[in-house]
Amino acid sequence: MSGLISSSLARKVVMALSGLFLVFFLAQHFTINITSVIDPETFNAWSHFMGYNPIVQYALQPVLIAGVIIHFVMGFVLELQNRNARGINYVKYKGSANAPWVSRNMIWSGLVVLAFLGLHFYDFWVHEMSYKYVAMLPEDPTRYHAETVEKFAPFWRTVIYVISFVLLSLHLWHGFASSFQSMGVNNKYTPAIKKFAKLFAVVIPLGFAFIALYHHLNPITH
Amino acid sequence: MKLYLKIWRQKNAESKGSMVEYTLDGIENDMSFLEMLDVLNEGLINKGEEPVEFDHDCREGICGTCSLMINGRPHGPDSKITVCQLHMRSFNDGDTIVIEPWRAKAFPVIKDLIVDRNSFDRIQQAGGYISVNTSGRPVDANAIPIEKDLADASFNAATCIGCGACVAACKNASAMLFTSAKVSQFALLPQGRVEASERVLNMVRQMDLEGFGNCTNTGACEVECPKGISLENIARMNREYLSASVKG
Repeated sequence: MSGLISSSLARKVVMALSGLFLVFFLAQHFTINITSVIDPETFNAWSHFMGYNPIVQYALQPVLIAGVIIHFVMGFVLELQNRNARGINYVKYKGSANAPWVSRNMIWSGLVVLAFLGLHFYDFWVHEMSYKYVAMLPEDPTRYHAETVEKFAPFWRTVIYVISFVLLSLHLWHGFASSFQSMGVNNKYTPAIKKFAKLFAVVIPLGFAFIALYHHLNPITH
Repeated sequence: MKLYLKIWRQKNAESKGSMVEYTLDGIENDMSFLEMLDVLNEGLINKGEEPVEFDHDCREGICGTCSLMINGRPHGPDSKITVCQLHMRSFNDGDTIVIEPWRAKAFPVIKDLIVDRNSFDRIQQAGGYISVNTSGRPVDANAIPIEKDLADASFNAATCIGCGACVAACKNASAMLFTSAKVSQFALLPQGRVEASERVLNMVRQMDLEGFGNCTNTGACEVECPKGISLENIARMNREYLSASVKG
């Protein structure tokens, strides 16, 4: 087991497992978010549950944050090792001849998603922490839908969100199915896994983009 | 055919190399790429200049010795061949051809276009064998029945000629395709199962020690491999490694 920690294969498994965990989280996040378009009351109820349930707040939330940190820190470590392994760069290197753009640029799509997470945390997580623990405001199970719609009023924020979701889509296009290969899964189910992963990579991020655009175009009028 | 060549020249392992330009005339379509380099070298020798050093041996596409990065692709623009099987009909009159050595820290340049691929040998030595006592009366391997699918998969893995195109093509200079082929050819057969755990742990450890990069599943190695070694081998090695690590 000791060799496992320092091995290149183990690092890839850590990337794969943390990535799959984040994929699962994205599906759950999307399921709740889409209710903000379909039924604001359901969205308020779920958001309030997620914001005040102790298991979600004190057990699942730290695990999620750890998952994000592990994924991007390991991503940086692998990228640095990989760049170092080349040594001298080629004068001419035709990467497009043998591998798709998305698979060769995971670090860049990942960096955009990471930068987006900074804004997203500021928009919602910091806002929630401030509401609950700084301003010490009372529980209000009806506030979430209006607050979310209001967040997408500025055009610039909506554009940044939509661009980030496109990059998230590209990241998932390669990363989701790739995580199975890293864990040693390449068998008769692989074509089906790849199809599902690509469908997920398109539907979920574009669904998030649709939600942002929908709220931008349908502001609440008082 | 007139060609403009840009070739990496490096005096020795310690010196700093650079690209040198040559113009070559009178090249015929039927020449192989290596014959084209032979013509260049003949001209250089006649002028009293140092010829371009490059690796070659069988010139039949089976020894894995030739190793050139041609216009940004290992073994040139055609698929599933080595440089010695590449012909000048794949190029056009007036083309500029950039020729470089494999680039990887684990493949240091010895001179010009020749790199040291002993790191592959050390990976192989770390476990790419089976310990069988041989004598005048070895047990016939054919006496052990093996499923056709497994025998074929093992044979396909064993067709790896260790040329290093996988490392050269990979954006991370990873040696996963090579190592996984050498692990797979034994892991799939009963004769290789005896030392399977030890083998995969030792070969991966050596691969990491040599300084190759990590696999990011881009699939470039599979596309550029002259023998078409499949990514399935990498997944198999990952499984073998995880299973061996957990067993301790």
